Amino acid sequence: MAYLSKILASAAVAVTIYTGAAVSGVADDKPAGGEVVTRRLSQEQYRQVITDLFGPSIKVGGRFEPDIRRDGLLAMGASQVSVTASGLEEYDKIARNIAAQVVGEAHRDTLIPCKPANAKAADDACAGQFLAETGKMLYRRPLTQDELQSRVKVANDAAVGLKDFYSGLGISLATMLESPKFLFRQEIAETDPDHAGQFRMDAYSKASQLSFFLWDAAPDPELLAAAEHGDLNSDSGLAKQVDRMIASPRIQGGVRAFFTDMLGFDEFETLAKDSMIFPKYSTKVAKDAQEQTLRTITDLLVTQKGDYRDIFTTRKTFITPLLASVYNVPFVAPAGGWAPYEFPAGDSRAGIVSQVSFVALHSHPGRSSPTLRGKAVREVLLCQKVPTPPANVNFTLVQDTKNPQYKTARARLGAHATDPTCAGCHKIMDPIGLGLEAFDSGGSLRSSENGDTIDTHGELDGMKFTDAAGLAQAVHDDPAAPSCVVSRISSYGLGRLPGKGEADWVKTLQAGFKDDGYKFPALLRRIATSPEFYRIAPPQTGALDAPSKLASQAP
Amino acid sequence: MIPINRTMNRRRVLRGMMGGAAISVGLPFLDCFLDTNGTALASGQALPVVFGTWFWGLGLNPGRWEPAKPGKLETMNVELQPLAPFKDKMNVFSGMKAFLDGKPNGVHFSGVQGMLTGTVPRGMLADKPSVDTLIADVIGTRTRFRSLEVACAGNPQHSQSRRNGAVVNPAEVSPAALYTRIFGPEFTDPNAADFKPDPAVIVRRSALSAVADDRASFEKTLGAADRARLDEYFTSLRGLEQQLDLQMEKPAPLAACTVPGKVDETPVGTEIEVVKTNHKLFAALLAHAVACGQTQVINVAFADATSSLRRAGGTQTHHEFSHEEPVDAQLGYQPTLAWFFNEIMGSFAFFLAQLDGIKEGDKTLLDRTTIMTATDLGYAKLHGLENMPMMTVGSGGGRLKTGLHIPAQGEPTSRVGLTLQQAMGVPVSSWGTDSMQTSKTITEIMA
Repeated sequence: MAYLSKILASAAVAVTIYTGAAVSGVADDKPAGGEVVTRRLSQEQYRQVITDLFGPSIKVGGRFEPDIRRDGLLAMGASQVSVTASGLEEYDKIARNIAAQVVGEAHRDTLIPCKPANAKAADDACAGQFLAETGKMLYRRPLTQDELQSRVKVANDAAVGLKDFYSGLGISLATMLESPKFLFRQEIAETDPDHAGQFRMDAYSKASQLSFFLWDAAPDPELLAAAEHGDLNSDSGLAKQVDRMIASPRIQGGVRAFFTDMLGFDEFETLAKDSMIFPKYSTKVAKDAQEQTLRTITDLLVTQKGDYRDIFTTRKTFITPLLASVYNVPFVAPAGGWAPYEFPAGDSRAGIVSQVSFVALHSHPGRSSPTLRGKAVREVLLCQKVPTPPANVNFTLVQDTKNPQYKTARARLGAHATDPTCAGCHKIMDPIGLGLEAFDSGGSLRSSENGDTIDTHGELDGMKFTDAAGLAQAVHDDPAAPSCVVSRISSYGLGRLPGKGEADWVKTLQAGFKDDGYKFPALLRRIATSPEFYRIAPPQTGALDAPSKLASQAP
Repeated sequence: MIPINRTMNRRRVLRGMMGGAAISVGLPFLDCFLDTNGTALASGQALPVVFGTWFWGLGLNPGRWEPAKPGKLETMNVELQPLAPFKDKMNVFSGMKAFLDGKPNGVHFSGVQGMLTGTVPRGMLADKPSVDTLIADVIGTRTRFRSLEVACAGNPQHSQSRRNGAVVNPAEVSPAALYTRIFGPEFTDPNAADFKPDPAVIVRRSALSAVADDRASFEKTLGAADRARLDEYFTSLRGLEQQLDLQMEKPAPLAACTVPGKVDETPVGTEIEVVKTNHKLFAALLAHAVACGQTQVINVAFADATSSLRRAGGTQTHHEFSHEEPVDAQLGYQPTLAWFFNEIMGSFAFFLAQLDGIKEGDKTLLDRTTIMTATDLGYAKLHGLENMPMMTVGSGGGRLKTGLHIPAQGEPTSRVGLTLQQAMGVPVSSWGTDSMQTSKTITEIMA
């Protein structure tokens, strides 16, 4: 018991929230920050936490509750979702499965730092040690006394009930894995001593904000230690951690997570292609296609430290034998796996927009869609909202024509464009997407459709082009492209749209991105070291209980 | 609310309810246990009522589904022909519409929200619970699953069952996974001769109270919106505790319960034969699950609202046809659309036949069930929200009259949802928002 008391003492944490009365004004003219957000871990984050904590041999099986997309990002949907009954049923299964592996004979000696005095009985000290250490990594902060005691009691009761220490410990671990304290990232606010009247995240919330932003993972022990020692509250301490994390290979995981979200790759999960029309398309091709784009992006942005805008024009990429077959290019590499490949100068494949992951995702199951592709360029890459189509779309013109068999998409859409109610919006989408018509819905190159030669002329806001490579250059040169990625990634990090008071901050970041030569790691650093990234709006009067300390969490 | 920290079983629940312990349960709910028309449980109690929704996208071809006359359903119009075997057990409502009240028509969205939540949202984000969850909160709290959702076209997000805007009950897309979820190792056969509670279940049930205790300290630092989300989490946690409670008690025998054969993994997708195959497997599993007392609320999404169904080798989806196929000058309707609708209504008939095929005394499982259909549009070609096809099938254990066609003149679709909530025992007298708000039930079908 003495041992447990020691753990409890070290585990205890004081959390200060909203000290004193609610403040209505701010003392200086800095942006006031946004409301606190509470985000549900994504499936990938959940998996990453388990791998980081227990190693890759612990398998995470099961069906996760679907994430939802809000304002263009799943990361913002995460601030709005909860857990449904069937979702919790699944979390419960996943948690018990993980716990059973961790305490199972194959792993217990490596994953549990102590041995019970008697494996058939409860053991306070060993359960306490394991649960305190594991709980800190799962909750992303040390457990309070109450929290640890409650979980040790679960382990003890279950060990007695099942006459087995390890089974009891597994049951207790499972209850941590399905607790809202693990499944949701909660931001705790505290007064900001450097800016009177303002609030910021507490050190552990900062650590999570930083770690999920840069690595798409929970804080590692070093970051938690920095939080514990107060290092994250000084500019230099924060910068030290940010630099360490950006220099780590794990930054790739964070960059991939962001672009997976921004490019909407979750939609591949349910993307259908007609196998009779596109025999080369398969779920394996879809997987490889996403991976190709992510490799192209991380190689350019992280490894080569290149210019963000070049992701739209680069011909350097990576392919598998399967992709080589879709692209109809030779694959020269060791058997299987990935190989670098560069499309020759002048080829219509330039940049990520011409890759299978983009043209196939933004198509119909049986045919390409210049409209969907044009819409995706605007909404996904340039952050421009295309109005929804009028509800009472009238296709009379298409119907009345004597020969309704338009052979190419350009011809079909041309019929549309003569209708003024449709033309307004199609004009801002179709001329972009028509540049990609040389790629069918499965992503393969083609020169004709139904016997007619395909014409890939198009235009993006006055920049005219003749093919996909021209479109790629037009997107590259559009100032909206780098501005878009800045506003997306700030929302991604915050878990919400920046508020009115934060508009200047986003503008500053956009200008800074330009000054940095559009280097992506530099942008990440600018965001992660900004006080704005951790600032929380003062609470509305009466909106929150305002105890200076949580009694249950006091040491 | 029933206290959740004590062990419950059906008998105790019934005893408690008869004793007036469950004060939040409206009076009509008691009917299901006292209903003398239904076939009783061995204990003398009537089998409980069942509610379900069956959703498909794009409505039907106007003029081809409405019954010719009001009152008794005599002959079915052409697009409802597949449902002819059920005409005495169903009601058809025509002339119902979704009112936008000046809000933009969120295509393939506004209409179904109006029908299922009684509210047409201003944008493309729903913020009200759907009728099935409101009913499940009354009739579904004492079963292993408060509700079961399936989506036949491969996407869990096709589910139309929502507890609020961002909390959508995700649908199962794999029949094999649904089989394991219901009839896997955690299934307790109500008719098994011996019953031995698993000690591990007792331990797990007790351990879950530690998670419930996490609420207080977690909640302290949350804003109001996040508290509501946390409430959802803890409602789900209660559901999980309930499942374990049920596993610790010997269930009442259910004569009609049989365990179906194991279901193997099947391909999923939007090609219509694939969808139909998965729908058939789902329909059989859901019928067995209900017959075995595992749930009283089932929700089927045959496809998404923007119906992405397609024929193998076809370049266009059902949705694209709805806009692009001309109305045939001779026929007066869109023939390819009619083909899709025939397939969809045929599938709905298959679903109903599964419920009707399970005999419970001289009645069938369908007789103690009410299935409400839902769709997104009245006229898909123009995203029209007028004259949306609506049906109910099954009398809900005698709570509804059936075999009727109820024509309306531009009345809100929410009237059907309100009527069904009242029939199922939800204590609600008025439902919906703006012009969708109604306190008028459809008295013609109330038994």
